[in-house]
Amino acid sequence: MARIGVFICHCGENISATVDVVKVAEEIGKLKGVAHSVEYKYMCSDPGQNLVIEAIKEKKLTGVVVAACSPRMHEPTFRKACENAGLNPFLCEMANLREHCSWVHERNDTTTEKAIDIVRTLVAKVQRNAALQPIKVPVTKKALVIGGGVAGIQAALDIANCGHKVILVERSPSIGGHMAQLSETFPTLDCSQCILTPRMVEVAQHPNITLYTYAEVEGLEGFIGNFKVKIRKKSKSLDEKLCTGCGLCTTKCPQKKIPSEFEQGLGLRRAIYVPFPQAVPNKPVIDKENCTYYKTGKCKVCEVVCPTKAIRFDQPDEIIEESIGAIVLATGFEVKRSDFFPEYGHGKYKDVIDGLQFERLASASGPTQGVIRRPSDNEIPKRIAFIACAGSRDPAKGIEYCSRICCMYTAKHAMLYKHKVHEGDAYVYYMDIRAAGKNYEEFVRRAIEEDHVHYVRSRVSTIIERNGKYILKVADTLLGAQPQEVEFDMVVLATAGIASPGAENLAQTLHVSYDQHKFFAEAHPKLRPVETNTAGIFLAGACQTTRDIPDSVSMASGAAVKVAGLFSQTELTRDPLIAQVNRLGPPLYSTCVGCFMCQPVCPYQAIEREEIKSRDGKVIKVLAKINEGLCQGCGTCIALCRSKSIDIHGYTNQQVYSEVVALFNEF
Amino acid sequence: MKIGLYPGCSLNGSARDYNESVFALAKAFDIEFEQVPDWNCCGATAAHNMNKELSLALPARILAAAEKHGLADVVVPCAACYSRLAVTQHELLHDPVLRNRVSEIIGMEFKGTTNIMNVIQFVDKFIVDKLEPKIKKKFNYNVACYYGCLMVRPAKILKYDRPEDPQSMDEAMRKIGATALDWGYKVECCGAGLSVSKTDMVSKLSGKIIEDATYRGAEAIIVACPMCHSNLDMRRGDINKFWNNKFTIPVIYLTQAIGLAIGLTAKEVGLKRHFVAVNLPKKEVESA
Repeated sequence: MARIGVFICHCGENISATVDVVKVAEEIGKLKGVAHSVEYKYMCSDPGQNLVIEAIKEKKLTGVVVAACSPRMHEPTFRKACENAGLNPFLCEMANLREHCSWVHERNDTTTEKAIDIVRTLVAKVQRNAALQPIKVPVTKKALVIGGGVAGIQAALDIANCGHKVILVERSPSIGGHMAQLSETFPTLDCSQCILTPRMVEVAQHPNITLYTYAEVEGLEGFIGNFKVKIRKKSKSLDEKLCTGCGLCTTKCPQKKIPSEFEQGLGLRRAIYVPFPQAVPNKPVIDKENCTYYKTGKCKVCEVVCPTKAIRFDQPDEIIEESIGAIVLATGFEVKRSDFFPEYGHGKYKDVIDGLQFERLASASGPTQGVIRRPSDNEIPKRIAFIACAGSRDPAKGIEYCSRICCMYTAKHAMLYKHKVHEGDAYVYYMDIRAAGKNYEEFVRRAIEEDHVHYVRSRVSTIIERNGKYILKVADTLLGAQPQEVEFDMVVLATAGIASPGAENLAQTLHVSYDQHKFFAEAHPKLRPVETNTAGIFLAGACQTTRDIPDSVSMASGAAVKVAGLFSQTELTRDPLIAQVNRLGPPLYSTCVGCFMCQPVCPYQAIEREEIKSRDGKVIKVLAKINEGLCQGCGTCIALCRSKSIDIHGYTNQQVYSEVVALFNEF
Repeated sequence: MKIGLYPGCSLNGSARDYNESVFALAKAFDIEFEQVPDWNCCGATAAHNMNKELSLALPARILAAAEKHGLADVVVPCAACYSRLAVTQHELLHDPVLRNRVSEIIGMEFKGTTNIMNVIQFVDKFIVDKLEPKIKKKFNYNVACYYGCLMVRPAKILKYDRPEDPQSMDEAMRKIGATALDWGYKVECCGAGLSVSKTDMVSKLSGKIIEDATYRGAEAIIVACPMCHSNLDMRRGDINKFWNNKFTIPVIYLTQAIGLAIGLTAKEVGLKRHFVAVNLPKKEVESA
């Protein structure tokens, strides 16, 4: 015979002001199976919890219903209290009298009746609750970091410094990401390379970090603590052990006119190349699409000149499989390019460039050695315009969001230009200035007040090229908004930051959710910003939304702590509220018929095939089996199961059915 | 082949040259136009400044009449009419309450099934593919294709071409041997209806368009809108006075240019009606 204890909370006045809690306690006390029914002002307080604990002990309760707030709020609190009293925590249920009743209704008899109904359904349910045990899964204490920009570097270093092994996978030939391309950084104007390259070297030399550059993640199986990842290490056509990084091959390669990705197309590279002098690893790769040998079968100049005979034209791609326990995604962002802005002639006019290109022009190691020159004729521009929000915050362009970094880097660009071209004029055309960050607003003021950058609040409608000059159609919206045409020598567009190309594919490979702009989605926008909805996969940096260096680095450290926290346990404990396929004795073994309708609908790839074999190894039956590590207890498979063979712990068909019955029958 | 046509007020008035070229071109390609029966004014700029329901009811009546008459495609040569008809269809399809209200006002059911086409779309759909064998005299001139404000906007509704740098007219011109120049005023405003009320504004705005086309070396400006044409052509005297210049560049309708290329005479395509004389230099004639 069930002995259920019911504890009704006033929640101060939140519940008791509209619900007659005393009457609820009385009515519920009359129900069959209820051994104890009381109300109290604050059930979650220490004395309130003691009421529960004492009652469990004294009355030998077999189940508990706490009628109070949402289970999202205090279910863990009361389950813990039950556990302390020696009752299995999963025998405790919450009846939500606050959000579902008192907050949304007036005080009257009907409201109290509804409250009684709600509690009664839970009393019916809890009698069918089973004592459940938490699930334990082992943890492989090795992390995978995808993306070798500043966020990936920081996450990898932080995890490695906690004493765990890390695999860092980078798609391009060198780590460093966009930060390595930057000239100087806001708001301090310290050199980007100077602060980043030591970190890059640290990654390469760290005993706990294995670095795979020119590599991509191709597949992922498993679940939190127990992933299996497949990495394709693309052929560099090079024996990296033999190569000393002398660079002779990169000076002799006859293919000289390939636009350099690192220089954003403003510089040229060879077919065998190191992306930039400070690259890590500082060893070349052969770009097979542009290499004469791969195209025509002749050349091999690099092989001839290599002093250590390290060139390997026949080197195949290598597939590496690794077991890992957690993943940090740090794949970064890209900036919107060319044809997106026909009104600005981006991609058509040589001197209309994007922010990343300007970084290369301003960089001491860039194609112009840090002198700001027009790409068209190498002249130093006397008048330069910066257009903020090129694409960002523009629903007509399909990008409604603010790219967050442009206001600051535009101020920096204008400042750098003024520092390099003293007699020049710099104009910034902006919508709003968003300089929210430590010392950011001061930085923008400095650009305006000390460096005399002209800030004009205006949207530029068109750029027209005439006689090698660029005419901007603008209207100063703070000074009469008269249409004006202003002439410049060069224009820099702060083009919108967008998700990295390939982000969508990767998200699908890893089963991570993403938003409409292909940025990876966080589990909760405020409280779980570095976690994804897929357990064990974390986010760092601009792959979640465009963000600047300080934000990327802090997020990376946050993700690293999440990984380290995961790795601090030998086993993972998780709630057992997951689906299960029923099992019976022979000859049926289960009512599951093995149709596997459940498999394609499972959003977590948790449904596996299980074969039941006889003693001599013959397969008798094939059943669906739920992977305990992957299942999140969403219940989609249950809805699809034709033979009603799947049930979810804590919410079994029987439990839900008895709740429904209780609503209509006063048993 | 029969296609619906909504001429609007200008095609029988100030844009008779346009009208003649559209019909001549259609005839050359065995296309017969059928006017929307009992058509009325589209409302132009006046109606939607005064009364929203009126501005929707006028075009809706035209479209409903076309539907009733079984005209699936309706060509609307005037860009202003085209804009009014397309915007009305969009608004009414997205607002069932308004649709019922407007249907009541016009006393006809409006379903919104008509395929509304401007002349560029018409040329693209019915002419371009059949053009090549018919070309008799290549139109080998440098041209600046001028789309104006209404042909591609509002982009959200028309969903046609690249709103900031359209290409469809350029493509059609290339097909007849012209060199379509890259220039800066493709979609700028010509002054539109201010042609009547504020001519100095038209002189200023249209003058810039003409100046840029001339500067880029264009031998003709190609248009597909009677309003643009009248501002760039009919107002040329005022423009030249305003800019203290002597712009002589002719303004030619897309349909006129194609007509000339397939061997129609200047008279047949209405070139003689222009204010700015069309004296295209004789170039070496290549036979196609």
